[in-house]
Amino acid sequence: MNLGEALRVALRGLRANRLRSALTMLGIIIGVASVILLVALGNGVQTSVNEKIQPLANLITVVPSVGNVPGGAPPKDLIDADVAALQDKTLSRDIAAVIPATSGKALVDGDAYRYRANVVGTTEQWLEVNNQDMSAGAFFDEAQVRSTARVVVLGSAVANYLYGDDPAAALGKPVRINRQTFRVIGVMQSVGEPGDGVVAMPLPTVRRYIFGGGDKINQMIVQASDANAVPAAENDVIRILSERHRIKDSANRDFEVQSLRSRLDTFNQILRILTLFTAAVAAISLVVGAIGVLNIMLVSVTERTREIGIRKAIGATRRAILEQFLIESLLLAGLGGLIGVLVGVGLSVLGANVAPSFGPTFATFAPSVTIPSVILSFAISLAIGLVAGGYPANRAARLRPIEALRYQ
Amino acid sequence: MGDVPSCRKVPIGRSVRCCLPDTGPYAIRLIGGIGGWGASMIQIEDVTKVYRMGKVEVRALESVDLTIDDGEFVAIMGPSGSGKTTLMNIVGCLDVPTSGRYLLDGTDVSRLSDNRLAKIRSRKIGFVFQSFNLVARTSAIRNVELPLVYAGVRIRRHAARVALEQVGLGDRLKHMPNELSGGQQQRVAIARALINDPVLLLADEPTGNLDTAASAEILKILGALNDAGRTVVIITHEEEVARFAKRIVRMRDGRIVSDQAQRIRTEVSA
Repeated sequence: MNLGEALRVALRGLRANRLRSALTMLGIIIGVASVILLVALGNGVQTSVNEKIQPLANLITVVPSVGNVPGGAPPKDLIDADVAALQDKTLSRDIAAVIPATSGKALVDGDAYRYRANVVGTTEQWLEVNNQDMSAGAFFDEAQVRSTARVVVLGSAVANYLYGDDPAAALGKPVRINRQTFRVIGVMQSVGEPGDGVVAMPLPTVRRYIFGGGDKINQMIVQASDANAVPAAENDVIRILSERHRIKDSANRDFEVQSLRSRLDTFNQILRILTLFTAAVAAISLVVGAIGVLNIMLVSVTERTREIGIRKAIGATRRAILEQFLIESLLLAGLGGLIGVLVGVGLSVLGANVAPSFGPTFATFAPSVTIPSVILSFAISLAIGLVAGGYPANRAARLRPIEALRYQ
Repeated sequence: MGDVPSCRKVPIGRSVRCCLPDTGPYAIRLIGGIGGWGASMIQIEDVTKVYRMGKVEVRALESVDLTIDDGEFVAIMGPSGSGKTTLMNIVGCLDVPTSGRYLLDGTDVSRLSDNRLAKIRSRKIGFVFQSFNLVARTSAIRNVELPLVYAGVRIRRHAARVALEQVGLGDRLKHMPNELSGGQQQRVAIARALINDPVLLLADEPTGNLDTAASAEILKILGALNDAGRTVVIITHEEEVARFAKRIVRMRDGRIVSDQAQRIRTEVSA
């Protein structure tokens, strides 16, 4: 029996029972579509989160360890000399920039209101390295850092609280911290809590007027030359600081090194497992769909017992009958799989277009279809056709012609 | 029905053809066919068929011997339960005997596997059934093409059209079985039975579901086919149908009780 004839017979069979075929396919359609949609959702979250974090992925944060190691040497603070050592290109090629920061909580007084802000003293590179933008005014520059200028840049929440909705309204206004007056020269764009509750000013300014502390700093942001150089840069930081602090045993380290990169990898790994898990749950509906195909193929074989008898009488071999029913179930499941792919991809694309209009939180969940999920779920639906059709087809092929012909 | 195929009048080499394309299966026939005019087409020797229905043993055929020559027109008669359907199943290679030997066209087919029997049916036997047994929702011409599909013939359309024209249905090619009268359906079935140029045409109560006029039509076609040299075996319980054959084999209780040739074939009055 050639393929064209087999396909025609199978199509005729499916057309003869349109509703039944459609309902059977529905099981496969729902299964395939939900697998594709769920994988697309997981992938969408992963993509959008990675996109947001990617610019920060080459950052390494260094902070001093809290507390003594019992029996060890007293911990050394991070100081300006440590920053200078890390910036030394002869010691590390993978470190692009080092931004020192010293920070703490402080009460910030505006004209009428008081805000408990996180005051950060740092250098002019801080804004760019943190991937933030200004909504009004400008960040302080190198000259202002060198001259210990009494200027501040407000986070959007601070500006909003002290001087109202319009960020420009805060420009030029005074704020008082620790009984000292500073001039607002800029307001940063919102990045969400807790970044919006920040008041930034030049590092020397903070040391002189607010926290004191000499050459101590309590945070360094180390920028690796690129995201791939993060592990090498991380090693360099540990090596250089361990040497300077005379630490031989890693257990005695008096600083901590963290990179967003390694956190991102952990996040991605967890999300991938979650996505696979939800897809596996969706795949259960494919199993139900497979049982539907099996069921309907058994009915089809029983219904057409007489036809099988006729075909055998006029010369159909077992193989020809087997092929005929296998192709029918392959067509049923394959067509269901194809429609399922279209529905799944269609819903994903629709979701990706509609989700951002509900706001930035929903935009994070905009689905993005992955090709492997499409190929795999379609392949599974074909496999379902083969497996669920195999038993009924074999039963049809084994029918004895005289008994099949007698069947009413 | 004068335009029924007029081939097979050549004494030696049954495969000489004139009306249907000479394709694969027939080429095999050229080698496999041994007989010429009048050689044994069907040779049944001491065939017994026992069915087991639960614990009961039914002896449907009891040591039957029957020889039918090439070109014969035989009617097998008998009441229901006489074993004539069992005999037809065995002659038609739909079933195998419990014991005994059956040679069809020189080939021993009594111990063949399912698949070998299917191939024999495809090449050597054309079936006509009481209930027509056309495949539903399939046009007349596609029904006629089916045996060629299973025989692996690629170009079928023309042969099927010719076969349908020969049974007078050239204008009903695209009709579905349920759009045809009983007589027309049975003619489609005959066209289908003939498309593979079988050595044996086996008709099981071919007029059982037809009115008198349609029956006469069908018998005329079968007669003309036999005149053209085709071996025809009819199973029937109607005397009028049987009288139309050249030889009547009567069965009872699984045995052949009489076997007589008829000098003059009765003409059917339409």
